[in-house]
Amino acid sequence: MNGLIGKKVGMAQVFDEDGRQIPVTVLQVGPCVVVQKKTMEADGYEAVQLGFGEQKSHRLTKPLTGHFKKNELDAMHVLREVRLGAEDAGVKVGDSFSADLFEGISHVDVIGKTKGRGFQGVMKRHGMGGGRASHGSGTHRRPGSVGQCESPARIFKNKKMPGQLGNTRVTAQNLKIVQVRPEDNCILVHGSVPGPTGGILFVRKSIKKAAKAS
Amino acid sequence: MSKLLDKIDQEQLKKTAIPDFRVGDTVKVHVRIREGGKERIQVYTGTVIARDGAGAAETFTVRRISYGEGVERVFPIHSPNVDKIEIDRHGRVRRAKLYYLRKRSGKESRIKERRLKKA
Repeated sequence: MNGLIGKKVGMAQVFDEDGRQIPVTVLQVGPCVVVQKKTMEADGYEAVQLGFGEQKSHRLTKPLTGHFKKNELDAMHVLREVRLGAEDAGVKVGDSFSADLFEGISHVDVIGKTKGRGFQGVMKRHGMGGGRASHGSGTHRRPGSVGQCESPARIFKNKKMPGQLGNTRVTAQNLKIVQVRPEDNCILVHGSVPGPTGGILFVRKSIKKAAKAS
Repeated sequence: MSKLLDKIDQEQLKKTAIPDFRVGDTVKVHVRIREGGKERIQVYTGTVIARDGAGAAETFTVRRISYGEGVERVFPIHSPNVDKIEIDRHGRVRRAKLYYLRKRSGKESRIKERRLKKA
C-alpha cells in the first residue's frame, strides 16, 4: 500500500530532542477499508479502492449502496483508488489499514485541495508588487503592462493575470514524519498541508525521498 | 481545539512544576546550552515583560540590560532547554505587557516590589 486517505485534524507544535519547537500538522490517517480490488484480468491494472470516513447510508446513491452491500461493508464517505505494489499481493476486500502503515517511513507526500479564495487580483494571486499607494499614482493593485507593442501584438500564454485562486489540488511533497501514533490513528508531519482543518487528504509515501534512498 | 490536538499539546507540557511567576517579576532562567557535544547551564537574569500564548506553545520574554545594551530573550516555558526558572523578586505592575520599559532606562525603568501575603 502506497498511501491512505486521511483528514487534517489541525496544527500543533512539539519539541524535538534538541529542544527546538517543531510546527506539525496532525493528520488522521485511516482506518481505510479495501472496498474493491481491481485486477489485471478484469480491469487491466492492479489497484485497490479504499474507503474512508463514516457516511449515513441514506445519503448514498443506489449504485453506491449496492457497491458497499456487495461485500457487506459500512457506507463510507470517500473512495479512492491506490495502485498496489509488489508487497501487497495478499490484500483482500475488507482489509483495513491505518496509521501504523507509516511506521518506519521518513517522509510523506500529502495531496489535498487548497482553501478556495475566489477570484483574486494579481497581488494576492501572484505576489506582484502593484502600484504606488500614494502620490497620486492611481494604479494601486493593478498588474501593470501585460505585453509589448505591435510586435508581437498579442499577450503571451501563461501571462499572470487575475483569476481563481485556491480550491485546486496541491501536493505537498517530502514532509517529514515527526511522530506516528497508532493508538490515535494519526501521524504528525512537519509543517503545513493544503486545505482546511477537517479537509480530506491523501497521504502517500514520499516518491522523491524514496527514490533517493534506494 | 479537538481532543486529539489537546492530548498532543498536553504531552508536550513540562512534567516538572513551573513556578507561578508573573509579568514584572525578576527571574533567573537556567538555560541548557549544548556546545560541541557538551552540555552546560547558563543563567539569564532579567525582568519578565510579557507572557504569550497558551498550552505547550506558551512563551515569556525576559529583558535585561547587558553591557549597557537592552537584551530581550523569548523562552518557550515548556522547552526542555529551559532547565529551571527562579523568581528573584516579585514586581507590582498594572499592565500585562511591559513594552514601555524599552523606552526607559535607569531610575525610570524601576518596578515596584510586590509584597507577598504570608500564608
